[in-house]
Amino acid sequence: MRRVVVTGMGIACPLGVGVEHVWRRLINAESGISAITAFDAKDLSCQVAGQVPAGTRATGGLDVNEWVPVKDQKKMDRFIHLGLVAATEAVEDSGWTPETEDDRCATGVMIGSGIGGLETIFNASIQVHEGKAKRLSPFFIPSALGNLASGHVSIKYGFKGPNHSVVTACATGVHAIGDASRLIALGDADVMVAGGAEATVCALGIAGFCASRALSTGFNDRPQAASRPWDKNRDGFVMGEGAGCLVLEEYEHARKRGAKIYSEISGYGMSGDAYHITAPAEGHDGAFRSMKAAMRSGGYGPGDIQYVNAHGTSTPLGDDLELEAVERLFGDAAHGLAMSSTKSATGHLLGAAGAIEAIFSILAIRDSVAPPTLNLDEPSRQSVIDRVAKEAQQRRIRVALSNSFGFGGTNASVIFRAPG
Amino acid sequence: MSDVAAKIKQIVVEHLGVDEAKVTPEASFIDDLGADSLDTVELVMAFEEAFNVEIPEDAAEKIATVQDAIDYITKQSK
Repeated sequence: MRRVVVTGMGIACPLGVGVEHVWRRLINAESGISAITAFDAKDLSCQVAGQVPAGTRATGGLDVNEWVPVKDQKKMDRFIHLGLVAATEAVEDSGWTPETEDDRCATGVMIGSGIGGLETIFNASIQVHEGKAKRLSPFFIPSALGNLASGHVSIKYGFKGPNHSVVTACATGVHAIGDASRLIALGDADVMVAGGAEATVCALGIAGFCASRALSTGFNDRPQAASRPWDKNRDGFVMGEGAGCLVLEEYEHARKRGAKIYSEISGYGMSGDAYHITAPAEGHDGAFRSMKAAMRSGGYGPGDIQYVNAHGTSTPLGDDLELEAVERLFGDAAHGLAMSSTKSATGHLLGAAGAIEAIFSILAIRDSVAPPTLNLDEPSRQSVIDRVAKEAQQRRIRVALSNSFGFGGTNASVIFRAPG
Repeated sequence: MSDVAAKIKQIVVEHLGVDEAKVTPEASFIDDLGADSLDTVELVMAFEEAFNVEIPEDAAEKIATVQDAIDYITKQSK
């Protein structure tokens, strides 16, 4: 199989817009969680979330007008806006501008979304309920469809290669990156823009996850303390919104055009729990097999990996089970391993989580620094693994693994290594 | 310019994001103002809303230019 490298990155998340800006804030142990301002959440048990801050690109905030023409904005749900922001930064960063038809046809897009245009569907449903079905916008369906971030990015740039999308709940981002890397490895494309986009900080999204008893409810008065993976007082995840995109490229293709190479994708694994729709299996067997498959595909042993970006959502059940699975898989190599959950700062971006966490894993390698797990005051379970509590750590990181697990019992793990 | 014409012009500018000067009576929504077929569906819905009229599908299909829209609405409002 052909080698696949990362040559561009873009991000919009609760810590801001722009890879370097977001990374600086993450390493400084800042939090992107706040009281919900997108809608009035006073009737809901969870009233905190991670929202992309308003501002300008120059200051690391979001002004959609800078990224999407005004007349096109109403044709897209917010998740597509966010996907376009991340994809645009990633493409610009990569410097890849295909000039020939062959090059355009060898460049594809795979940006997934866990849920798609939920708020758009919510608003359209109200219209139909009020007897205004005939007044629905002709753009309702293409605004809501989960694959339309991929569609819009391909239209914007003329990328005519594989146009694909992924819907695997909270594993979407890793699946999109891993599957896109396979398309390149197998020769279906030379370049892929891959990642995830999500915008479910809306009344229906928060109410829905409240109903599944998945969200934190005890920190409405202290939003920045709400996402606390592995801490004994954690009580559920905090929803975040945003998008992350990578430009993936066949190694020789990148080398020939003199592209900057951040990292190589050197392992990818998947598994299914076959157990329960929302709860992880005993011992997080699915996570264990997913990580093991990724390591096998890259030819890695436990001692080869220095950093794990955990799924670690801050739910009572999942965090310790994942920790247990990593301990079991790494055995003696668990000593000296760093594993953190950046969801402590960003919240859980569902289908975009794996994509932004891939970026954090790659930057952890680039800068030899493990980003922190905020709010980890007192772990509910002791471990030899260093969970990078509260402050970033300088560490030599050559190989990093990132996990994402989704409802339905779907698991994905991806491994990045230093270039060269 | 009649009230109808002014209002139609304003709707077209808002929905298609085009320069006001380009919205001449003979301008075609698709050929001159950059609309696609879904944009025209939305435009007709906006006309219906603004003028409180119902434009049946076969009539809507014949509204291709700014003048077509002005004529149709003026006729309906009489």
